[in-house]
Amino acid sequence: MDIKNADFTSIFNVASLQNRHLVDLHWFTLAICVLIAFVVTGLLIAVIAKFRTPENDDGSEPRQVQGNIRLEIIWTAIPLLIVTVLGVLTAIVMLVVNPPVGNKQPDVVVIGHQWWWEYRYPKLGVTTANEFYLPVGKNTLFEFRSADVVHSFWVIAFGQKMDAIPGHPTNMWVHPIKTGKFLGTCSEYCGAQHGLMRIIANVVPQEEFDTWIEKQRAVPEQPTDPAAVRGKELFNSATCVECHRVAGNEDAQALIGPDLTHIAQRETLGTGVLANNTENLKKWMQNPQTFKPGVNMPKMRLTDEEAQDIAVYLESLK
Amino acid sequence: MTGGTIHTHKPVNWLAEVPEYQGILSWLTSIDHKQLGILYILSAFGFLVVGALMGLTIRLQLMFPMSHVVSQEVYNQIFTMHGTTMVFFVGMPLLFGFAVYLTPLMIGARDMAFPRLNSFGYWVYLFGAIMLFFSFLSGGAPAAGWFAYPPLSEKGYLFNNGQNYWALSLFVTGIGSVATGVNLIVTILTMRAPGMTLKRVPLFVWMILMDGFLVVFSLPALNAALVMILFDRTLNTKFFDATVGGSPLLWQHFFWFFGHPEVYILILPGWGAISEVIPVFSRKLLFGAGVMAASTVAITFLSFGVWVHHMFAAGLGFAPLYIFAVTSLLIAVPTGIKVWSWLATMWGGKLRFTVAMLHAMAFLIQFTIGGLSGVAFAVIPLDWQLTDSYFVVAHFHYVLVGGMLFSLISGVYYWYPKVTGRMMSETLGKWQFWLMVFGFNGTFFVMHILGVLGMPRRVWTYPLGMPGWAELNFFSSCWSFVLVASMLLFLYNLVWSFYHGKIAGPNPWNAWTLEWLADSPPIGENFERVPVVRSRRPLWDLQFGSGGDGEHHA
Repeated sequence: MDIKNADFTSIFNVASLQNRHLVDLHWFTLAICVLIAFVVTGLLIAVIAKFRTPENDDGSEPRQVQGNIRLEIIWTAIPLLIVTVLGVLTAIVMLVVNPPVGNKQPDVVVIGHQWWWEYRYPKLGVTTANEFYLPVGKNTLFEFRSADVVHSFWVIAFGQKMDAIPGHPTNMWVHPIKTGKFLGTCSEYCGAQHGLMRIIANVVPQEEFDTWIEKQRAVPEQPTDPAAVRGKELFNSATCVECHRVAGNEDAQALIGPDLTHIAQRETLGTGVLANNTENLKKWMQNPQTFKPGVNMPKMRLTDEEAQDIAVYLESLK
Repeated sequence: MTGGTIHTHKPVNWLAEVPEYQGILSWLTSIDHKQLGILYILSAFGFLVVGALMGLTIRLQLMFPMSHVVSQEVYNQIFTMHGTTMVFFVGMPLLFGFAVYLTPLMIGARDMAFPRLNSFGYWVYLFGAIMLFFSFLSGGAPAAGWFAYPPLSEKGYLFNNGQNYWALSLFVTGIGSVATGVNLIVTILTMRAPGMTLKRVPLFVWMILMDGFLVVFSLPALNAALVMILFDRTLNTKFFDATVGGSPLLWQHFFWFFGHPEVYILILPGWGAISEVIPVFSRKLLFGAGVMAASTVAITFLSFGVWVHHMFAAGLGFAPLYIFAVTSLLIAVPTGIKVWSWLATMWGGKLRFTVAMLHAMAFLIQFTIGGLSGVAFAVIPLDWQLTDSYFVVAHFHYVLVGGMLFSLISGVYYWYPKVTGRMMSETLGKWQFWLMVFGFNGTFFVMHILGVLGMPRRVWTYPLGMPGWAELNFFSSCWSFVLVASMLLFLYNLVWSFYHGKIAGPNPWNAWTLEWLADSPPIGENFERVPVVRSRRPLWDLQFGSGGDGEHHA
């Protein structure tokens, strides 16, 4: 789906302090590279213009120059100087952007699944999926894990990406400096739906973040609407609960698929492929494969009425 | 041959008339390096068409957002096979074809050191390649990408046979590659003409020597890893299974320990071809040939110490990352030396803009762009932004298509008269060249921008509404048709010229290395007699008496 309210997706859209350093270094390197490319192209054009064989050529051979030590030293030394400068800047920016983590506890643990993201805030006791929130102006430590294959977490405007590798937790710092919605995608090939394993990051002011956390911690109220009550029963008796968790519903405590405790708060379904509303949720449950071929959620074989009731129940989980 | 006289051949000037090459059996059973070289190159071109059509399918699927030209299952097989085919079944045989055809001729030898091993290498490659394509019939081709990272490549995630075929097929061709690598090293070290010291071998041969070492020392890492993944999949070993103490990262180290030198394996013969073409069509000695050779050695060594730059986003900690950043930056220096030396070779020459030379000049620009975008991956913070995005796709296509393919096509135009006895059509060639330049740059340049705008690699499709993605992908896809058309035109030119090209004679370009002393096509054992070599350019010496190594200018 077209997520219209998102910020511009580009590595040059600086949304984190870290990316500011990356972008500064990027412009510097780019300038050098463009300069070199122009010099090479310019020399080639000069050579073509100057040294084409003349029409009335006498067939003699030009001067056979073997080489020129001075020239060769120059074109070894200058590049060496350039890469030395780049090497020093690399070290500085690396250490500024990703200082050693030590044994600090991460603020957000991101777990890559085929093909969705699980977000845990261990210090705040919150677990959610696919859409996550960060407070602006606060350096946040991420940890990445994988539940299955190798994934890579990349919110483009945050700059840096980091792999999620089984058995090898990794870390990354993100210090958001502007509010808004920022998009990303899994960037390590992870199977069928790699291309639609989207990331939706919401950077909000601290108060708004605190409110969001409060809402996430709250256990949703039990349904009262008759359709939603029927939906809950169906949800618990169909195979939904084999994979999904809903806090406050003791039959639904599985951790295989995304946590649905507050699914109604999310904007999208299926990791960003559909807008979140009752109609789409109903269609998604009836056949997720049409929206995301290869997805691990099976076709649920629900009648229209059944799907409608479950959708009403899930959309009541605010 | 019944023995007795040595000179039983009558001179022929067309490949189709060479008496020893008549009949299909003569090709199937040949241990002649020239026939094997031709077979290698023709097979490579055959697979190039297959690989290019798969590339075109990728471009068709990505032409519009959320489109469904092929299913995601087929797409993932196609891009896996596109990469695998282009690297192992096009790149490798193309370079081996050039290497085994030209090396003996350029050093004045009768054949490779081990002709039967040479034949073994070719047939093992061909059958290995066919075996992998057979997987399409066996229930599905591999679908884990050409890099096949576990756990995705383990049977828990891809359970059809394709991945087994992949491991087995590359293992088989890998053995053939090592055999050919050894063969090339031994040939160059032991079979050079009298007087041809290692300082006097043509730059192409020098590059092939380094290539041999790269193959022999890097391919075994891949072969070992392939056996491990095959055991994981078929014998339930757990080399790469993190849940019981294996390590997915281990595969990444193994794969890239092979994978990065592989890039240089592919590009070195192209550099070699350029280092022959530019001097001849500038009518000058290669500028700074000694430094050129030395920089190749430097690259060979350094290329074994840069593999972790494929894993900069794998969270390995500061020190290991930084060491590999330094080596990756350093390798830019000897690479830069080459570009400057080629430019300096042209400077002050008398340029002839043959199609071979046009390709060499396009190579210079495109390879420079590919090299410079490569620097972005050595500077780790930029790698964190750009790795696994379409920027990488742009980068390595500039190196491998804009670099390797352009340089070897340049080599084809240059050596075609030697191989077939006929000249290639320059008219068709110029059409092909311009179509290819525009097709190639049109297809791949915009991918730099797509990467900057955040489009990841290896995606089956992409969402609506991402800024610029749809437009740039559409643009790229349109030009990809031109690129494929230019390749087909190139192949047409090969065939057309074979029947209608002008008869070339032994030395149509007035070139200076030993292969141009032989007949076109060369006779059974290449040379009637080989002169004593006294410089890098023996044919210059034959023409002018001396001066093959040029004049000193400190």
